Amino acid sequence: MTKNRFLSKLFLYIVLLFLYVPIFVLIVFSFNESKSRANFTGFSLKWYSKLLHNEAILTSLLNTVIIALAAALLATILGTAAAIGINNMKKVSKTVVMNITYIPVVNPEIIMGVSLMLLFKGMQGIINFQFGFVTLILSHIAFDVPYVIYNVLPKLRQMNPSLVEVARDLGCNERQAFFKVVIPEIMPGVFSGFLMSLTYSIDDFVISYFTSGSSVETLPITIYSMTRRKVSPEINAVSTIIFLAIIAVLIVKNYLENRSLRKARDESLAVKNA
Amino acid sequence: MKNTIISLRNAVVEYDGVEVLGGINLDIVDKQFVTLLGPSGCGKTTTLRIIGGFANMKSGELYFGDKEISKLPPHKRQVNTVFQKYALFPHLNVYENVAFGLKLQKLPEKEIRSRVQEMLELVNLIGFEKRSVNRLSGGQQQRVAIARALVNRPKVLLLDEPLGALDLKLRKEMQIELKKIQQNLEITFVYVTHDQEEALTMSDTVIVMKDGNIQQIGTPVDIYNEPKNAFVADFIGESNILDGIMHKDRLVEFAGNEFVCVDEGFAPDELVDVVVRPEDIKVVNQGEGMLTGVVENVIFKGVHYEMLVDAAGFKWKIHSTICENVGDLIGMNIEPFDIHIMHKMKED
Repeated sequence: MTKNRFLSKLFLYIVLLFLYVPIFVLIVFSFNESKSRANFTGFSLKWYSKLLHNEAILTSLLNTVIIALAAALLATILGTAAAIGINNMKKVSKTVVMNITYIPVVNPEIIMGVSLMLLFKGMQGIINFQFGFVTLILSHIAFDVPYVIYNVLPKLRQMNPSLVEVARDLGCNERQAFFKVVIPEIMPGVFSGFLMSLTYSIDDFVISYFTSGSSVETLPITIYSMTRRKVSPEINAVSTIIFLAIIAVLIVKNYLENRSLRKARDESLAVKNA
Repeated sequence: MKNTIISLRNAVVEYDGVEVLGGINLDIVDKQFVTLLGPSGCGKTTTLRIIGGFANMKSGELYFGDKEISKLPPHKRQVNTVFQKYALFPHLNVYENVAFGLKLQKLPEKEIRSRVQEMLELVNLIGFEKRSVNRLSGGQQQRVAIARALVNRPKVLLLDEPLGALDLKLRKEMQIELKKIQQNLEITFVYVTHDQEEALTMSDTVIVMKDGNIQQIGTPVDIYNEPKNAFVADFIGESNILDGIMHKDRLVEFAGNEFVCVDEGFAPDELVDVVVRPEDIKVVNQGEGMLTGVVENVIFKGVHYEMLVDAAGFKWKIHSTICENVGDLIGMNIEPFDIHIMHKMKED
């Protein structure tokens, strides 16, 4: 009994170790004084200050943020609308559409990247445009939308369908009922869909690599091309910053989810007390 | 003078080809407490939803006063609804829930405040304004739902089994409170329930429904004492329903005996349903009654004993304040005015 528990705990720690030691090493070496990747020679912030003067990294960081925000925002609007539509479908078409929605999630990114590139190339024959911000944002929207749908749909299912009728009864027209009642009700799902899109967009390398063209670089692409020349510890610094930013986003997301869970629990308690 | 505020004419409703309302006609009198009563699936909620604007009729008309409103969207009707299970807005607190309708009307903040306050007073929820609706008990949530509907000063309030989720004691309190509110505000309540006791307690008029059709419309006393058919008799209170033959006016044969009754106007020797309420059967000593039976079962019910008595091949339900023993032979008497004769229901 106790031995088993010990073993299972040990197993858990080993798994966590494998997951986080590399990141931990990266963070530690981002504060290394020398360029060495093997010896920690002393604490310094010089790679962070160098980073602040590295034009290429700063530009691509800005690009990444702009693209991620734009794509996440548009994907959230599209995905929420799609979720509402799917929720109102009959059972068979719902299943079909849900599975189609799921394909981009399980599909290897490289296929999606190549196919998006081919699509854009093909469209260049029809309309004149350059690979860059627009193609990047469009492709990011394409892989973000399913995550939004998967976050919003459960909220729609949980919602008491009478709420819309109550709103109509109390004087809302259909549009008002939607914005005053449905949107606030599904907001936690919409928001976590947005945050997930944001993190996936910031993180994405493969699809961006195929659809960015030569004029615009996102941060993962810049880092990748830097490693090909010479690995500068600046990469450690920028990776640390991204890691911490993503962690922060995840903490916010979990906090919000917990809050809505607590609310649901209070609700069921209140019903029980009734 | 009785003013009709809502009328339905030949209302037919179908869901997926299945008829749920079979062309009903009804008139709801202004300022009355009207109850739609029936078992689940009888069409009572559908009727309410037509009035509220949430269900569409396949054919038929709905009048509000003398205006046809069946095509009017819900938010343009002068009715408000208290929904089953309250359906409060979880993202709003008590005050905001009640103020919802008034804010939509863009009334001045001061008026909204005073009207919400007035409503919370009416439903006894002063001091709960800032409370999250998730932290209220079922009874309190119910009060918020009522206040939220009434604050808009509707001409008619529709209530869809609003007390269904409450326990018995709370339900009885709320019944009295609802009736009081209805009388104080002098507006029409249309109330849906499957609980016959609830219907009898609160209503001015009861509409009994079954299978998408109206069985009887009347005051609670009428419905209880003069049920129109065996279904109504059985649904409202408990009844013994026997097959009988109406030999002539005021003479009926059932349970192997001829009985004097007070009903007239049936065809000679017409087959009828005979309804006798369990509390209308007088238990007398063996040999002194019109019928003799064996007590098969006795259950103590508090005020009375509920007995099952086998007599003339029928199991009689009898309510008596005197306890008999299982296996005893007893005599039974029925007064003429306690025998209710009804036409046989058309089989469907």
